[in-house]
Amino acid sequence: MIPLRNRANVSFWKLLAMLIAVAGAYATYIRIAHGLGGATNLNDQFPWGLWIGFDILCGVGLAAGGFTLAAAVHIFNIERYKPILRPAILTAFLGYLLVVLALMFDLGLPYRVWHPLVMWNPHSVMFEVGWCVTLYTTVLALEFVPVVFEQFRWTKALKAMRVILIPLVSLGVILSTLHQSSLGSLYLIVPEKLYALWYTPLLPVMFFVSAICAGLAMTIFESWQSSKAFGKHLELPLLSSIGRILAVALSVYLMMRFLDLWNRDALRLLLVRRSETYLFLLEFVLFLVPMLLLYRRRILNNPVALYGCAVLVLFGFVTNRLNVSVTGMEAASGVSYLPKWTEVAVTLAIVALGFTIFGLACKYLPIFGPETVVEGHGTPAPVPSEGD
Amino acid sequence: MPKGVLYDSTMCVGCRLCEKACAEHHDLPYNDDIAKEEKLSAHKLTAVTTHGDKFMRRFCMNCLSPTCVSVCPVAALRKSESGPVTYDASRCMGCRYCMFACPYQVPTYQWDSRLPVVKKCDMCADRVAAGKPTACAEACPTGATKFGDRDDLIAEARQRLATAATGQYYQKIYGLEEVGGTSMLLLAAEPFEELGVKVDLPHEPMPVLTWGVLSEIPSIVSIFGVLLGGVWWISHRKEEVAAAERAEREKKS
Repeated sequence: MIPLRNRANVSFWKLLAMLIAVAGAYATYIRIAHGLGGATNLNDQFPWGLWIGFDILCGVGLAAGGFTLAAAVHIFNIERYKPILRPAILTAFLGYLLVVLALMFDLGLPYRVWHPLVMWNPHSVMFEVGWCVTLYTTVLALEFVPVVFEQFRWTKALKAMRVILIPLVSLGVILSTLHQSSLGSLYLIVPEKLYALWYTPLLPVMFFVSAICAGLAMTIFESWQSSKAFGKHLELPLLSSIGRILAVALSVYLMMRFLDLWNRDALRLLLVRRSETYLFLLEFVLFLVPMLLLYRRRILNNPVALYGCAVLVLFGFVTNRLNVSVTGMEAASGVSYLPKWTEVAVTLAIVALGFTIFGLACKYLPIFGPETVVEGHGTPAPVPSEGD
Repeated sequence: MPKGVLYDSTMCVGCRLCEKACAEHHDLPYNDDIAKEEKLSAHKLTAVTTHGDKFMRRFCMNCLSPTCVSVCPVAALRKSESGPVTYDASRCMGCRYCMFACPYQVPTYQWDSRLPVVKKCDMCADRVAAGKPTACAEACPTGATKFGDRDDLIAEARQRLATAATGQYYQKIYGLEEVGGTSMLLLAAEPFEELGVKVDLPHEPMPVLTWGVLSEIPSIVSIFGVLLGGVWWISHRKEEVAAAERAEREKKS
């Protein structure tokens, strides 16, 4: 049940979701009826836009909480993260499904999306990306399906899943590592096009580490959102410990970025007055501020502040991916790109769809294990033991 | 012998007969309006560009180690022995990575089509296979565009540079080394950047950049597999030890 105080709020979001759905449906019609030219501001000089930069690059990155937490719980055996593993797996699974959906909009001939599986070119990063998306979406489906089995009490199927769990999780971690980094590798082929603040031979590593940051931030974000929406108890000590890990991950990432710029002698570009510089600084600040804040105990123990930091990191992450895919590519392309309203509408509709399905899944499936429900007949949330 | 095309800007009069012949050979429309479009597009696979009283031609450079061939996830783009970089539309799914990656911004897309494919100059692969020159070279009335064995064309270009009067040529054969060399070679009187040709390109083939990472995948998978298995073994060993210790304590008490 939705608590009374949230009623007005919910109807506002429902109205917004409906508006977005209508706009998205109309944009979809335009995409089908008038092709990419009618639905996007893309052209021969700028063939990749918002759908690649946000829907694909950010969608995959924001799903990184799935493999990070799966590795923490099942491989590193950190049991206390278990209560937030399922929502993270659900987010990742949904994220990947939505990435595939976005791909259907962006591909010129979407009905041939399966071609890379049979027409091989191992020299292509896009080939690797295609295989990773396919395999990891399958792995995520298998990691998620026990939740459904549990709901219908199919114990035999559950037992079978338990046997393959560790190899499956390991495979998921390997595929994620490859996939997150390969999205960065896509840009290795354009050294003379991508602006030097972002182009580095280390792009795959940068994409991987920043995806881990985004995945951790997403875990905090979705736990906070679900606790608001479903009146669930917020696992603050747990989220605080994730906040700490996030602080360290951000520090590693920013140190890598700084050293990389230093070694490539690219820091001097920060003195040049052009839009790339400002958007780079925006990205950097959006990572740096939450990093500094997250080292403070007061912030870590304050749910609102923790949530705020997570949101800043998510914005920083999105800014980074859009900087690589749009900001950094514009100068060399010779044209300026701004997405058409249809591109924005499709993107918003996909995001709204994600929120809606996540909400429905939480409502009808045991996503938050019974032990985490405070209201109702569950037992209170367990106090995580110190010194794990 | 790999074939090539030598375009000598100093001999070009801008008659655009190459454009017309290209359009005819590839079944594309051609008229005065299209002639005025000085850029490549899905309906214009080669374009003559004007720079004051000088001309330059735009076409696919048909690189020796083509970026587009390496990035295409479905191997729709291929480099043939004789030089042309060909495109098989029946494999293409429309990811446009070739357009994104091409250092020369050559591949173009049918943006207004519901079932679009990529369009680009293919060095008249069918004509070359039949032993004929490219349509543009055959149509050129001044010999500015010349078709032949790439090695012969290089030798001829060198000769032109060596024997020409001072100032007639900018002393460089474009396409010898750019991104590992191209089947198309250019000569001009001015520095090439003044004619809209990209000059800041590395001399190594671009596909090396991504292959360096892609070739490591088997190692990454192996190492990560062992590492994750090992971490799992260590982290769950703790439990085994704890259980054994508990059992021992219970026995004692």
